[in-house]
Parts: sequence; C-alpha cells; structure tokens
Amino acid sequence: MGYTLGIDLGSTTTKAILLDANDRIVGRGLTNTRSNYEVATAVAESEAKINAHFTFLKEAVDSSPKLSSQAAPLLNNLENRFHLVQHLHRVNRLRRQCLFEAAADRLLPHQPRLTTVLNALFDQIHERAERSFSTADVDRSRFFRDIVGSEYMALAEEQSRESSIALDLLMGLYDKSILVEENQVLDLSFVEAIQQAVEAAGESETLTRVQQKALREVVEEAASQTLEVDNMVGTGYGRQRLPFRKDQIRSEILCHGLGAHYFFPGTRTVLDIGGQDTKAIQVDSQGIVTSFQMNDRCAAGCGRYLGYIADELNLGLHQLGPLALQAKRPVRITSTCTVFAGAELRERLSMGDAREDILDGLHRAIILRAMSLLARSGGITDEFTFTGGVAKNPAAVRALTRLVEENYGTMKINIHPDSIFTGAVGAALYARHTQGGIA
Amino acid sequence: MTTPPAARPPEIHKEPSMLLQKNMLADYFTRVSKAREEGKKIAYTFVPGNLTELLHAFDVVPVYPEINALQNGMRKRSAKFILDAEKIGHSEDVCTYVKADLGMLLNGNVGPTGEIIPEPDILLLSYTGCFTFMKWFEILKQHYPKAEVVMLQVPYQGEGTPTPAMREYIVRQLRESVIPAFERISGHRFEEDRLREQLRRSAEAEEGLVFALQSARRRPSPIDAYFGGVYYIGPMFTAFRGTPECVDYYDTLREEIQNRIDAHAGPITPEGPMAEEKYRLIVEGPPNWTHFREFWKLFYDEGAVVVASTYTKVGGLYDQGFRHNPDDPLGTLADYCMGCYTNLNLPTRVELIEKYIRDFEADGFLINSIKSCNSFSSGQLLILRELERRTGKPGGFFESDLVDPRYFSAANIKNRLESYLQMLDQRRSQAVA
Amino acid sequence: MTRLRPTVAEIVEQTLALYEDLDFSYVRAWKSKSTSRRAVGFMPVYMPREIIHAAGMLPVGVMGGGDRLDIIKGDAYFQSYLCHIPRSTIELALSHRLDSLDGMVFPSICDVIRNLSGMWKLLFPEKMARYLDFPQNFDPALGGRFYRQELESLRSALSELNALPPQDSALTHSICLFNKNRRLVKALYDLRASKPWLVPTYEAYLLLRAGNILDVEEHTQLLEDYLVRVESEPRKPMDNIRVIVVGSFCEQPPLGLILTLERAGCYIVDDDFVLASRWITADISKTGDPLEALVEAYLKNSTFHSSKFEGSTPKWRHLIEQVKARQADGVVFAAPSFCDPALLDQPQYEKGLEEAGIAHTTFKYAENTGQFQNIREQIGTFSDSLKLWSEAP
Repeated sequence: MGYTLGIDLGSTTTKAILLDANDRIVGRGLTNTRSNYEVATAVAESEAKINAHFTFLKEAVDSSPKLSSQAAPLLNNLENRFHLVQHLHRVNRLRRQCLFEAAADRLLPHQPRLTTVLNALFDQIHERAERSFSTADVDRSRFFRDIVGSEYMALAEEQSRESSIALDLLMGLYDKSILVEENQVLDLSFVEAIQQAVEAAGESETLTRVQQKALREVVEEAASQTLEVDNMVGTGYGRQRLPFRKDQIRSEILCHGLGAHYFFPGTRTVLDIGGQDTKAIQVDSQGIVTSFQMNDRCAAGCGRYLGYIADELNLGLHQLGPLALQAKRPVRITSTCTVFAGAELRERLSMGDAREDILDGLHRAIILRAMSLLARSGGITDEFTFTGGVAKNPAAVRALTRLVEENYGTMKINIHPDSIFTGAVGAALYARHTQGGIA
Repeated sequence: MTTPPAARPPEIHKEPSMLLQKNMLADYFTRVSKAREEGKKIAYTFVPGNLTELLHAFDVVPVYPEINALQNGMRKRSAKFILDAEKIGHSEDVCTYVKADLGMLLNGNVGPTGEIIPEPDILLLSYTGCFTFMKWFEILKQHYPKAEVVMLQVPYQGEGTPTPAMREYIVRQLRESVIPAFERISGHRFEEDRLREQLRRSAEAEEGLVFALQSARRRPSPIDAYFGGVYYIGPMFTAFRGTPECVDYYDTLREEIQNRIDAHAGPITPEGPMAEEKYRLIVEGPPNWTHFREFWKLFYDEGAVVVASTYTKVGGLYDQGFRHNPDDPLGTLADYCMGCYTNLNLPTRVELIEKYIRDFEADGFLINSIKSCNSFSSGQLLILRELERRTGKPGGFFESDLVDPRYFSAANIKNRLESYLQMLDQRRSQAVA
Repeated sequence: MTRLRPTVAEIVEQTLALYEDLDFSYVRAWKSKSTSRRAVGFMPVYMPREIIHAAGMLPVGVMGGGDRLDIIKGDAYFQSYLCHIPRSTIELALSHRLDSLDGMVFPSICDVIRNLSGMWKLLFPEKMARYLDFPQNFDPALGGRFYRQELESLRSALSELNALPPQDSALTHSICLFNKNRRLVKALYDLRASKPWLVPTYEAYLLLRAGNILDVEEHTQLLEDYLVRVESEPRKPMDNIRVIVVGSFCEQPPLGLILTLERAGCYIVDDDFVLASRWITADISKTGDPLEALVEAYLKNSTFHSSKFEGSTPKWRHLIEQVKARQADGVVFAAPSFCDPALLDQPQYEKGLEEAGIAHTTFKYAENTGQFQNIREQIGTFSDSLKLWSEAP
C-alpha cells in the first residue's frame, strides 16, 4: 500500500504530511526551517514517519483487548519516552560537537577547564530533560533549538560566574555547534528509539507481564509497517531549492487551495497569513484555485509585522493575541507599515495608550490589509477558511470575524487545528493525483 | 598572478532583424552625437504620440529621453543614475525614467552607447497620455535654459473617443504654434510635400509591423508579442518612422517571420528557438528593463508565449487599423497622437485587451504593474477584475519597475508566474476531465 | 426675521461636523427639498463650480476619506505605490456614502485621478462620470478655444441629468455668487496673513472644507459671519514663525497634521489646501459670454500649481513672490506620498528657494497618517532655528 508525502518548506517552519491510499492523514512532521533546506525536508519527513508509526501504534493499542483500557496514558507515556530518547541522543551529539569545538587550537589553553565545564553543563541538561519529558503534557511544538538553547544559556551564565570562563566563549561554542547539529539528520532509527522507550516504559509502568508482552507485540507490529512513499510533492517558499524533480513541485497557492478543501470541502475562499506573505485564494468545489492574490512588495500585514511588534514590546509572539483580547478602549491604527511599526507603537505608548488597546488596533490593522487582498482576489464567499500561523492568534481571529461579518455578512469561518499543515496536505494530495495521471 | 581566462558567455541567439536594429540604433546614437558638428538642430521628445516625421521634415534630429533611460536600464547603468537623481532631492516615489534621465545628465549626458548626447535646442512636449512628461520637461528646461519648450497638448480620450474638437485643437497647435516654432529654430521652411513623403513611408512600414503583430494569431505563434514585440516596435516608435531604413527593417522582419510560419516554428528566444508553446498569454503593462532577459526566461522556460501585449501599442494602435495618411498630413498626426494606448480611457483599454484575449485565443492574461508609471498602473486592478469577469480567463498580477532594479524581485515574480501557470494547468485538466 | 450671527465656536462646531460627516448628509438633505435637485461631485484640484451651480445643482468637493475611514475594499483597486486619495474615494463610493451624488467630475490633475474617471465609468455605469481636461496651452486661440469646447461638453452632459437646457443668464448669476464667495475667501486668507494669531489655520481650513459641500450662498454667509465675529476673539499673538505650506493641493493632510504644524510653532500664512476655492484669483467677468469669461479667468487669472504647465518661467518664481507678499519666514513642503506632480516639483522649488535664501523643510504624509511625532519634532526644530536666526545680531 502506497503513501504520498507532501512537504511545505515555509520561511520559518517546514511541514510534512503523509497520506495513506485513502487520503487519510497518518503522519505529521514539523520542524524549524534552517539554512539547509534539504535537512529541514529530511527532518520533517522523518518526523512525519515517526508520527505515522505512532498512529499505527495507537490503532493497535486501541484494538488490543489487553491494553485498550489504559490506551491514553500508555501511549502518551510511550511517546514522551520516545521523544526523550531522541532528545537525549541529540543532546549527546551536541555535547560531542561542543567538546570538539572546544578542542580548537586557539582554545588550547582553556581546553581542560572548558571540558569540565561543558560536561557539567550537559549533565545538567540531560537531567533536566529526563525530568521534563516525564510529565504528562510535554509541549512538542517547541523545537530542539529552542529547548536546549534557553537551558544552555541559563546554565552557561551560572557556569561562567563560577568558573571564570567568559560567557561569550561558552555561547560562541554553542552557536557554532547548534548549527552543525541542526544541519544533520537524526542518526537514530524509529526501531532503535522505540525499543529503548518500551524498555523504559516496561520498567516504570504498572503493567502486568501479559500487558508488557502485548505492548511489545503491538510495538513490533507497528514498527514493522513499512512506509513506502509512492510519490512526493514539495511546495512553499523554498520549494525551488527542494531536492525534487520539477514535476514534483507545486506552488503553495495551489497546495493551500487544495489543502483547505481537504479540511473543509465547502471552502470557497481561503486566507493564509504566514510569516512572509499573505495569500487570498478562491477555489472551486473541487478545491482547484480559480483566482489568487498575494501581498505586494510591502510586507505590511504579514506575520512578520507582529514579530516586529512582539520584539518592540519584549513579548513572545504567542502573547500578543491574548493580551490584545483584554483591550478596553481599542486604538485606531491605520498604518501597517512595518518600517514605522516601532515608531508608531512608541508614540502611542508615550501618549498614554494602554498596551492592550494598541495591540488590538494593530491586529485590526493587519486584518484590514488582509481584507483588501481578499477584495482584490474576488471577495469572500461562504465557506471561508483561515490558515497560517496568524490563524492561531485569537485577536486576529476576532478582528477577522468582525470585519467579515460587517462587510460580507454572516459566513461560516473555518479554522482547523492542523491549519499549519494545509499546504503540506495539498502537496500530498497533488502527489497522489499526479500519480493518477491527472496533471 | 595570472587570472584564469574568463568563461565564454553562452551564445545569445538573435534574429537578423534584431542585428539590423542593433546597427540602426548604433548609427542613430552616432548621428545624434555628431548632430551639432553637422549643424543640425536637436529636439528632445517623447515616444507616445511622437512627431518624428515632422522633425525629419525640418531636418531636426530627435532624441527620446525615455529610450535613453530604457537603454541605460538594459545596460545596467540606470541604478546609479537613479541614485544620483535622488541625491539631489528627487523622491523615491516618483518615475524612474525621469530620474534615470536626470542621472545621466548629471553624469555628463553620456548616452547608452558611450557617445555624448548633445543638449537640446527644442524640448518638444507632445504630451500624450502621461502627466509626468510635462513635469519632466519643466525640469529639463531648468537644466537647459537656452532650449525652447514647444508644447503640443494632446487631449485625453476621457469619453472613449476622440472628438472633432480635440482633433482641431491638435491641428491648430501644429499649424499655429509647433510648425512656426520649428521653422524659426531650424531655419528651414515647412514643406508639406516633404512631410507627406515621410508619412507615405511610415504607412508602408506600418503594414510590416501589423503583419508581425497579427502573426501571433497562429498556433504556434511565430513571435513573442511582448518580449520580442518590444524589438519589433523599436524602429516604428522612435527615430526611424518615415525613413527608408525603417521600411527595410520591416521587410526583413516580415521575411524572417514568414520563414518561421512556413516552418511551423515558434519564437526565437535568447537561448534559441522556443520549444513547445504551452500557454498563450496576453500581457498588459510595460516590461522591466533592468532584468529584461531574466524576466523573459521565466516565460520561455515554462513554454509561455505572449501573443499580444498593450505595451507594443504605446506608440500607436496600428493593429486596430490606424495608418499615417499622407493626404491629410496634420490631421493624421493629430489622429496618431490621440490614439496611443495610454491616451485611451480605462473602459477602452479593457475592451481592447478583451478583444486580444478572444482574437488571439489566449489561455489567460497577465498584468505587469509598473511602479513608475501611474498612467499605465492606476486602475490595473480593476482592469484585472473586469477582464476576469468578462472573459472567464484567469489573470495574473506582478509588480516591478521600468529601470529601477530595486523593484525587481525575480523570486517573487517566478513564484507568482509558476503559481499562475500551474493554476492554468489545473483548470485545463479539470475542463478536459 | 432677524438672524443672529453664530459665534466663532459655533461656526467651528458646524464646519467640523460637516468635515467629519463622511455620509454627506448635508447633500442628502439639500436634495430632499425637491425631487428635481441634483448634486455633482468633483475631485481636486479645480472645478468651475459655476457651471454645476448654474445647472441648478449642488457642486460637492470630494477630497478623499481622510483619517477616519477604514479602507476595506478601496485597497483592492490600488497598488501600494499609489497615493491614498483614490482608494478612500472608491471606498466612499463602494460603501454607498456617495450615493447622493448624481455625477462625478474628475479634473485634469494627474494620471491617477484621470484614470479614476474611467474606473468610475466601469464601476458605476449608472452615474455620470466625466474627465475634464484643462488647457496647458495658454494661448486663447488654441488652449482657450479647446477649453471652451470642454466646458460646453460638460454643460450638455450636466443638462442630461435634469433635462434642463443650459442658460447663459443662470451662469452669469452663478459667476456673481462665486465671485462674492472668492472675495471672502481671499479676505479670510488676507486676515490670516496679517493677524495669524486671530485666524488659526485649523479654523480657516474647516471653513474652506465647508465650502466644498455647502450651497455657495450659505457658505458665503458663513464666511462673512466668521470674519465679523473673529475680530473680537480674545486671541493674542505668539512667538511663531510664518510659513507657507505647499504640496497639499490634492490629497489633504489630516486635521491633526495641520494642528501639529501650528502647535510646533508655525503660523501658516498661505497654503494650497482646498485650492478650488481660490484657484481663480480675481473676479470673473459678469458681462459678455459667461463661458468665455470662465475660460479667460482660467487662462489669465488662475493661481500657480504643480499640475499647471510652466514652460518658460522658472517653476519657483510664483512661490517666491508669494513668500515675499505674505512676508513668510520659510516654506514647508508637505506632499502626499506618491504624489508625482508635487514631488517632481519639490527639488525645483528647493533650488529656487535656496538661490533666494529662503528657508524650507520637507516631509511627506498620507491623508490617514496617524502619527505626527516625527513631524512635530522636525517642524519644531525648523521653527526654533528660524527664530534663532532672526534674533541673531
């Protein structure tokens, strides 16, 4: 049975989707896009395959009479442990790379002390990981770089105070090493990792022998399922640099249209607000694009604009929306010029406007730009599907809902929890249909 | 230290007519640079609605600042010129043809071919379809205080058709103001027969241009009516109309295209004959000149042929039947001036493109929206919508600039063009299914 | 019945309400008085309003949507590198705020407004939409003759709206009414130039904007009331510099921007805001053929402006004359972003002013600019430096 793979190489994240022969999503992979697009693609693909194995595993556990009663905690635990194994593998690889960098000629005088400090530091990262991955809800949306980066920095500060090794030196080693680490594919197979996870789970879980045996059996069964990919299609911002043949590359417009149709077959208009660009797409009843518009040269109204605002306020991107929802007296902001965003914000703050009131205005301003693009592409027709990173921002969603209602009347507005995978789903569907010889 | 020998650039394919035109242009720039020595007067003037035949009748040498800017753009000289004009206070927001021209002036007025372009004796402001022309010559007048500005106002076809009053206004301006000024400055008396002779040759050459443009109705089209088209209009829209060389050029062109028609061959691209004609497109708007080849390549790599374009009508709508008429010399100049593409109102522009989409059996149309050119660009998004509504064909929208390389993003345009063509594919396959 | 003159505060309140009313309720109310009434809008920069008025219609100046209009659909028609006024004007129309206008006239000012006339024809085919060409050739036998034909053609287009034939006597009457109005606008500008502390530009501007909408006689009365009342306002001179603002003839600066200039230490002693109100600089002849009189006024007595061709005299001559006549200390170029006519003129103006030793400063705005911090600092510095300069021994 053949699978198809869709890869969406975006400007900030790379997404992969595996579809089975019935166009059912079996695997999702998500990673940060790094300088090496090939690695990003490979990582996303392997993540999707791992995710697919867990999908099979879940099905097997659910249907196993011996395990089904404890399915949810069992699988969660197993998955956490699996990711811990992977994580620790990468931590060790990063440790080796740091030690290697510390052995450079120019650092020779510091090397003995550096080795000690680095080992102590990585021992702690290791310990912390074991603790944090055992909790029930691990935030898997955080990438390796983000998790390790913040821990390393905190520990490096501590170590530099205690050991008189300059913080800059430690951070320099990290910066070099993480790049190397990130730009290689994980050299740990699913089978190896799941085996370690099952063993660890077996030791700690309150499973009966019978259950342990049953678990091993279902894991073996799931792991032995081969994921043969019949065809793949790449899309997204960086698609030109994907290591695919030309006929395996589709524009993200087409993929987004088809992906949105997949999630919501009634979709006629799609709005995607991503990091670098905004797209307004009209599709027909089959999900085929009939017209589209992308933002012009000006980056106003893209996710990037919110990024500038977050930086300006020293907030995380994900904090902006919830804060804006608390606005009491929203401020009118007309300019969405990215260049002036900072200045406008500071002026408003200095005039005494509250942060949340300004943020509310900023979200509205971005959505106003999107409304223009939508109008340009032919308006909004029911149903309306909103995708992209900004679709996760509640203040943006609220502004959009209001403006759509005011200008186009009541509409069904769709936002799918997997909306970030819309392009990749479309790509995977194109991979299937291209096989069918349509295009 | 020795440097390795430079890699030979790949051979660029050119049609015989292109080589001929290249020589014509080189000769022209030499003629311009020597005009002063030969005692000839020089007039700067604009392409749309130009009065080339009249200038020739007075033995005045025409210089087209737009062409200089364009040629400098293609030769990658415009970026510095634009920056130099901005350094003396010109806004980033305004037309880059003007700034490229001013920059060239600030750098000694060395023309695209390396020869100096002499100062004008006359600034012939025959402004058709573009307000900026007026501002441009106001600025040049400050730099060339000795030059005389001769104004020929060409009314805009606001209601969609030229009226007798408009025609009369142009003819009277020609007779009572433009011609007397040229007589005075050039020292030559106006000889109507000389003008008629020029106009006769114009009409002859115009037949050749129309043959070329109409050949794109065939499948496969033997020409690209945009990227190739800008070459085909070259002699007709500039300093050659009315000359015997111009007639010769269009004879050569006609023969060359006929050969391709006979061979069922497609257009010649810089990388040789084009392979399969996969998409037939109409393009509205001027091209970008700084990345002209790169832009063209995006099209021919995908098998996209432009079968008709509006930019090739800025110097006259010959394909819609207009010919210079030697029997009514001033009247025909008036008709010519009023009929240029950018002097048409928006509804007329929509109708014309709609006609092209149908007549040339296009799969779709693209708009290249030029930042510099408000005359073209303002309203193009409505044109897009109207055409989609009327023809059911999808439109694509790009943005770039004439000669400002800062406004050409190859990745962005490639992304849009690919998305557009893939959309055409999908829609086509769906229509078949 | 005796009519009591409104106070300055009342006049400001009334004109501000008119300015802020994006629904043009005044026009609706005016039209509701008779079913035969028509209203015709016009864009900047100049419109011979007498012709509309003489046809029994209300001429309505449409100057974009300012900073209080959300652009939802208007941006869909204009690329980001075009100015703001066409998108807000389309927005006004698409949101039915201009439904009370039976027609629109697009005077010849630039390619953007010119093309807007065609967009109107495509978008609102049921409405009259006309492009009005102005002569750039100032020879009466050439440009004058052509302009007369343009006006005649406009006149017959208008008469189709209410099926009334054009009448010369009505046109002469309208010319007289507008002459009176222009004289009062001139008096307002002269008073502001001589006692700028008495007439803040914020108020003068609102008065001019009211003239875009109000029936001419009503507006003339309002001007008269203001001129009488303002003399007794207890306003004191301040240590401000005197400036002329140039470049804002089409897309208008937001009110906040005008206030910012004043608060940053400037008396605006002349400007090119709402230029249609004083494009014609002298009375138009009320004898003879009225169309001819309008043509002659255009050719001989119209003010200088970026969209008017200056073939032989240096572009800056008129501006320098104005600086001298108004005893201005400097010039502020305030042009809308992407305004080709204003921005292409600017370096020429700057050159002329530098040669004449007149101080100047420059910034760009859009009608919906929301932040003035930078401008406030820039103009404050400009004003301070000029004061220091004048105080220097």
